[in-house]
Amino acid sequence: MPRTTFETELKQLKDSVLVLGSMVEQAILDSVEALKKRDISASQKILDADKLVNKKRFEIESQLLILIATQQPMAHDLRLLASCMEIISELERMGDYSKGIANINIRMGDAPLLKPLIDVPRMAQKGADMLHRALTAFVEEDIETARAIPVEDDEVDALFNQVYRELMTIVIGDPATIERANWLLWTAHNLERFADRVTNICERTVFVATGELAEINDTDSEFWKPQ
Amino acid sequence: MLQSNDTATSDTVLEARALGVRYGDLLAVTDVQLKVLRNRITAIIGPSGCGKSTLLRSFNRMNELVPGTRVEGTLYFEGQDVYDPSVDPVEVRYRIGMVFQKANPFPKTIYENIAWGARIHGYRGNMDDLVESCLRQAALWDEVKDKLGQSGLALSGGQQQRLCIARTLAVEPEVILMDEPASALDPIATLKIEELMQELKKRYTIVIVTHNMQQAARASDYTAMMMLAEGTQAGTVIEYNETETVFLRPNNKRTEDYVTGRFG
Repeated sequence: MPRTTFETELKQLKDSVLVLGSMVEQAILDSVEALKKRDISASQKILDADKLVNKKRFEIESQLLILIATQQPMAHDLRLLASCMEIISELERMGDYSKGIANINIRMGDAPLLKPLIDVPRMAQKGADMLHRALTAFVEEDIETARAIPVEDDEVDALFNQVYRELMTIVIGDPATIERANWLLWTAHNLERFADRVTNICERTVFVATGELAEINDTDSEFWKPQ
Repeated sequence: MLQSNDTATSDTVLEARALGVRYGDLLAVTDVQLKVLRNRITAIIGPSGCGKSTLLRSFNRMNELVPGTRVEGTLYFEGQDVYDPSVDPVEVRYRIGMVFQKANPFPKTIYENIAWGARIHGYRGNMDDLVESCLRQAALWDEVKDKLGQSGLALSGGQQQRLCIARTLAVEPEVILMDEPASALDPIATLKIEELMQELKKRYTIVIVTHNMQQAARASDYTAMMMLAEGTQAGTVIEYNETETVFLRPNNKRTEDYVTGRFG
């Protein structure tokens, strides 16, 4: 016997999580594009968009609380609702990384980029792509994909290390560049953390489908790996 | 006579092995494997007609009061076969007490509701002390201490049910079986019974049959899920696990469908 009303609400909930995810995905790409083009007004728009992300997260949170209060979810339903609560919180924090990058662009003012951005946009593209597939895997409860995506985080970590080494080389050659290097390093760090959080979403997918709550890829580098 | 053997000190109080119950030709419960653990609350859940109450009643031989009932398999209580011909069913029933869905106090005073059973079982201590102790354990003393001479039937439904629990305690059982003890009570009286169960489990082992899944989730330590065995009209335990496992990550698809409300 299907619980038609509840299941319709669960579907709406998943749709809302996907909408929030695409807002966050677009924001990370836009924030790096704005930095690349040194487009301050585009970065300003990211800050405005982040407010919408936060608003959407609170909307979903209250939708979730109402479902928990009124439907007494158990077993798979309970794991799904608890995981959505966790994932929207991850997405909100991931949105903050875009805001961080937008703020860097704004604070840089007229200063030119220290170097052309090559690996940084790759990091953003890779992170956005991982997020997109992770959320698809979440709504489809595709645990095979959910277990595979976190391994790709190593590529983002490798790009981060690449950016870090290049920037350090420049700074060592000319210590006056340290502030401009720092801006780019923080940008890369935001992107590295963004991809890390995709792993947390994948862990929830496995939890919803199997009830197993465990870390997937514990080679995750918090900042950078020792060379 | 029921005699304790070496396993009496183990954590298992009751153990069903391939237990089945027939009413005449009708097989009502089949092939139940279950261990009820000491000082724990075990809930039996499942849809109507799946044999929950029948199983519960087989634990203290209450089923025998229905003519034509036969039990198959084995039920151990403290390591002893409960259905061994040498065992006195009356002794089983006072060591394994029962509380029913509908509170059924005797049409006597509150005091006598408790004293009566104890007296029959030959209690020789101070009866006033026993009555107070049982009423206190059943969290009823403060509400009735000034009216022990009044009829038990004059109490509210929730109080009557706690009086029945107090009455059960008076014969010092080791196990208390509860058959939907709160289904006729309002949420506050229900909560009192559930809180009381948490106190009682320190001294007794409790098995509760409930239709209310939230109650099983709130109040029990272990949950046995009953359903009709595949291809039969007889109920059996399809999953038995820690309560948190049954409600968070059940192993059985039919359990999952039931606890998420998609049964049927």
